Amino acid sequence: MASNQREQWLRMYEQMVKIRQFEFQANQLYLDAKMPGLTHMYSGQEAVAVGICDALEKTDSITSTHRGHGHCVAKGAEFKAMFCELLGKAEGYCRGKGGSMHIADQDNGNLGANAIVGGSAGIATGAALTAKILGTDSVTVCFFGDGAMGQGLLYEVMNMAALWHLPVIYACENNHYGEYTKTEEMAAGELKARGEAFGIEAFEVDGQNVLAVNNLTQTLVERSRKGEGPFLMVLDTYRYHGHHVGDINRTYYRSKEEEAHWRDERDPIDNFEAHMIAKKGATKKELKEIRARVEQEAKAAVEYALQADYPPLDEVDSHVFAA
Amino acid sequence: MRSITLSQAVNEAIAEEMRRDPTVIILGEDVAEAGTPFKVLSGLVEEFGTDRVIDTPISEPGFTGIAVGAAMTGLRPIVDLMFGDFLYLVMDQLCNQAAKTHYMSGGKLTVPMVLRTNLGATRRSAAQHSQSLHALVAHIPGLKVAMPSSAYEAKGLMKTAIRDNNPVVIFEDKLMYQDKAPVPEEEFLIPFGEAKVHQAGDDITLIATSSMVQVAQAAARLLAAQNISAEVIDPRTIAPLDCSTLIESVKKTSRAIVIDEGHQQYGVTAEIASVIAHDAFYYLDAPVHRMGAMDVPVPFSPVLEDLTVPTPDRVVEQAKKLMRGVREHVA
Repeated sequence: MASNQREQWLRMYEQMVKIRQFEFQANQLYLDAKMPGLTHMYSGQEAVAVGICDALEKTDSITSTHRGHGHCVAKGAEFKAMFCELLGKAEGYCRGKGGSMHIADQDNGNLGANAIVGGSAGIATGAALTAKILGTDSVTVCFFGDGAMGQGLLYEVMNMAALWHLPVIYACENNHYGEYTKTEEMAAGELKARGEAFGIEAFEVDGQNVLAVNNLTQTLVERSRKGEGPFLMVLDTYRYHGHHVGDINRTYYRSKEEEAHWRDERDPIDNFEAHMIAKKGATKKELKEIRARVEQEAKAAVEYALQADYPPLDEVDSHVFAA
Repeated sequence: MRSITLSQAVNEAIAEEMRRDPTVIILGEDVAEAGTPFKVLSGLVEEFGTDRVIDTPISEPGFTGIAVGAAMTGLRPIVDLMFGDFLYLVMDQLCNQAAKTHYMSGGKLTVPMVLRTNLGATRRSAAQHSQSLHALVAHIPGLKVAMPSSAYEAKGLMKTAIRDNNPVVIFEDKLMYQDKAPVPEEEFLIPFGEAKVHQAGDDITLIATSSMVQVAQAAARLLAAQNISAEVIDPRTIAPLDCSTLIESVKKTSRAIVIDEGHQQYGVTAEIASVIAHDAFYYLDAPVHRMGAMDVPVPFSPVLEDLTVPTPDRVVEQAKKLMRGVREHVA
């Protein structure tokens, strides 16, 4: 195996492990009543964020969702500032003003998570318009869930992106549930066809397979840079937790058997681990060390965030307006 | 000094800023070759091309959202919203996204965009093309709201808005596009949050916004003929609001009428009246009187529509009552 491929595999593996670990710790903070508010877990969907973001440069942009921790980590964010943000601390990415649903990290091209379903579709498309007008070769990925397929804004901006050939990739993470309702009860027809109606090339991909996601994204990013965008990806995936951390009793909308199937048979991290070992891209020991190291980093970041200071009270009315 | 129309003033302001700053773009419905239905933007596409003067589909939330994203990433977009009534369509993008991005990101992201739209009834356009909805957006922290009352203000406020690093909503009175006023040829900007005293007076303060400034000025002339000296003040921006100029004036005159074309209930007149009541209470000789648009959807029939907005005669009538010390509630 070529060393650059091995490096990339290890990098993607570590990023997926980081997301899983981040969410594990965030869930613990909630269960221990140490986190204000609540949060939406990304666990189970790691291959989507990592497969896509690994195909992007730092100068490329993403917009994210209420279920956004995975995108944030995958685009290069650090644990400490993320946990600080989740706890409303001054050293958080948004000085504690955004919280879980609004983390933005523009130094790494993350234009922000968005707590309005589908709310960032305009922002992502606008970022792509900037790239076209200023002549940069930056590409923007707009992450959204199957639930956002019900929002009209998405189709308005898809129409304009197609008319103007904007370098934007619409990444629909179909995790099969919008809040507590099955996607097929809310979305008529094929999700892919919703982009195709605008002449947008659309692709379905196994969102649990990080290599499949990454390969497709690499191709679409390269084509977007050449002015062949926009594109739509529909990624088949699954959220392990409920809609949010407090959504514990879920049997009224999905079965435990279904959850077990996705966890046991289609876990993106376990399956990639098996693939890497089979292809001799890594040893079991190496991967175990990565998991242990990431766990230590996450624990240390949580401890740091728990001890960190809240913002000074006089910041409550700063940042309403920019200078 | 030369006189130009309000329409020309807006056009000049945008053209000058587009020449000065290549990141300024315009997007909206029929903004390019058509120059908008009001012809305010005529000639811009010929100078700046279709890359910077962009015709959009009829998708107000979509192109407003695109402007937010463009503003966050290095452009200074001007969104052209054909009628103020369409604000309801774009509320999420304007109020949940544009207004909050800087704050929610702890000051890291900025949204330097302008949304230009209009207000004003009596154009016989009925309830969905006649509303004055500036109070809705002035309610939202993170948005600035400018309300030019003449060609001069329209030019100076637009240039300031384009250079501002925050989302700014500008309401032009759609009935004033052909009204001329003296506008200097040399460059000028009008700072936000500075009210203008159009006319000094001693007996009563008439605080009026946008389209209502000319109503207040006409009323002041009628009052002068009856030996009542009215001071006419135009806040020019309602967010930020220049409270001190308003308060100082009322401390001097001891009486005030606030006139605005938005609906009266929970409106701009209420906000300004409360500022005066709070900070000039002990100087008042009469209750502060509010005159907004009647709290009904704007009717089509001309005889009905004309009843819904303040007129100089009604302002005079109220001013005289306040002068006599007659307290009477009149909507």
